[in-house]
Amino acid sequence: MARALGCGLALALSVSASAAAIAPGAPAPGFQLHSSDSTDLSLSDLKGQVVLINFWASWCGPCRQEMPVLEQLYKKYKAAGFTLLGVNVEPKSADALGFLKATPVSFPILFDTDSKVSKLYEVAGMPSTVILDRTGKVRYVHHGYKPGEESEYLDQIRTLVRE
Amino acid sequence: MAQRRLAIMAMLAPLAALLLCGCSPLQPWVKPYEREHLADPIMSFDPNPVSSTYLDHVFEVREGARGATGSVGGGCGCN
Amino acid sequence: MRWRCGIRARTVTAALFALTAVSRAAVLPDDRADLLFHDWDGGGVTVEGPSILVRKKVTDSLSLAANYYVDMISSASVDVLSTASPYKEKRTQGSLSADYLHGNTIYSLGYIESNEPDYVSRTGFFSVSQSMFGDLTTVSFGFTRGWDHVGEDSYRDGHYEDGGRVTTWVGDADHRNWQASLSQVLTRNLLLGLNFETDESDGYLQSPYRSARYLNPEGMVQTEAQVTPNTRTGNAGSAQLKYYLPWHAALDGSYRIYHDTWGILAHTLGAGYTQPLFTNWTFNGTVRYYRQSAATFYSDLFPFEDSQNFMSRDRELAQFQDWTLGLGASWQFHPGWPRWIEKGTLNLSYNRLHVAYDDFHNFTVGGSPSGVPLYGFDANVTQIFISFWY
Repeated sequence: MARALGCGLALALSVSASAAAIAPGAPAPGFQLHSSDSTDLSLSDLKGQVVLINFWASWCGPCRQEMPVLEQLYKKYKAAGFTLLGVNVEPKSADALGFLKATPVSFPILFDTDSKVSKLYEVAGMPSTVILDRTGKVRYVHHGYKPGEESEYLDQIRTLVRE
Repeated sequence: MAQRRLAIMAMLAPLAALLLCGCSPLQPWVKPYEREHLADPIMSFDPNPVSSTYLDHVFEVREGARGATGSVGGGCGCN
Repeated sequence: MRWRCGIRARTVTAALFALTAVSRAAVLPDDRADLLFHDWDGGGVTVEGPSILVRKKVTDSLSLAANYYVDMISSASVDVLSTASPYKEKRTQGSLSADYLHGNTIYSLGYIESNEPDYVSRTGFFSVSQSMFGDLTTVSFGFTRGWDHVGEDSYRDGHYEDGGRVTTWVGDADHRNWQASLSQVLTRNLLLGLNFETDESDGYLQSPYRSARYLNPEGMVQTEAQVTPNTRTGNAGSAQLKYYLPWHAALDGSYRIYHDTWGILAHTLGAGYTQPLFTNWTFNGTVRYYRQSAATFYSDLFPFEDSQNFMSRDRELAQFQDWTLGLGASWQFHPGWPRWIEKGTLNLSYNRLHVAYDDFHNFTVGGSPSGVPLYGFDANVTQIFISFWY
């Protein structure tokens, strides 16, 4: 009852919320970021590949837990036309670089120091994962990470890689 | 007495209902990727519960007042 | 009649925060183990003992915790010395709790039992914590129910020892407690916590060992039995703020107000500063000020015998103030062995407490009733503990 009251009140007062731009079926917004090997990487360069974009931070426990899992995924499907981008959302990269030194990964790490790409992709949880198909369309969105969720990633990547 | 409890619930329930239903006109003003400082252990309200519980007990036994000493929440907001 | 001050397990709801504290929104508390040794020395009383806490996730959504706590009391307090001999006592407390995570909600359930020779307390608690609004807000509600048995110990041979104890059970006390909390992220650097708590107690709510004092017609001080109401309802509300300072430090402030049906109005002000230094060290300092007004039926010396329906000389119900200064140091380390331990901390905490009563006199000093000084004391509260995360 209180729920209905609250909803009614909010609807009466608010302008309708804009539809989410990052939804399955929508084209993925393009971006260009500085990467860990000192080159600039642009999303458009990866067209034709299945792309998993993972937004992470060194201060986020579940993000740190997820990194070795992502590394395994990358190694497994790299040859099949799959690539993984680890977008670090921290304004200062020192802690992230320290973490990567201790837990190295082979997939590209991009630094979104001014949060432009995080805003563009409407990152609503840490970590966040967006999986794009070969045509550059958003297909799957994940918020958060709990051990065991990687089996979902596996199924989804397998489906997209076969397209 | 029951009135006071009702007053507390009445204060918190509309806020909770508004936020729970997901159709709030407000958007979270601190984004998940902006929670670096909040995730730092020094920003925890209660980093060592065993120690703070003991100290609360020390005061409760010797003072007339009790209660409302703790808080939860904050943190990295992950998952 | 002999009486003494005992450390009462009047309420153990403070313990529930050790067992249910949610450190992150919608995430179960970290797996950890703490071994703490505590020591109180002041007011003629020493209390020391261990507190051990072990917490572990048994599945992805269920975290269990257990706590074992002991107070070993050696008391020669002002209340004891007035008419009795110093005594020793031991209080043991054990508790179990479970936290269950479902979506953005954590459900907690627990049980605490406290035992000492003349006081047994059993408490059950339940709470729900909901994270919402992009994890900026956490709301929680809790209910606690306690059942106490109050006893009175007699002396044997003028000496109080474990073996010579005879306990007479004099009454029961029931407690019902409701809590509501709100935690709100205000900015990237500022957190707000609001807490409300209501406590209802009924039954035998006094100490069987204390007496009230009155002046007889000849002007001599005599003692009579205390009579306290058999119900007590208290309300507490507090606000805490925590602010992140740009040089990597944290500042916090808090205020609590308490008022109950016995007429006690209390204010608590606290401030703290936390500073990490030298990579693995964290230092903190705290300051706390507390003042309370006396219960309406409290008096240090009643004008004549049986002057009121309710009479008490419990100094916990007197008008007094206390100041606490605290210092703490924490050293973080990474043990190489065993491999399943992620990190550990070694911690030292010291608090110095100064209590000054406005309407309670120290009659152990002796002399005429008019020349007796107001009571006050200082105490050293020390904690040393080691914590492991795995």
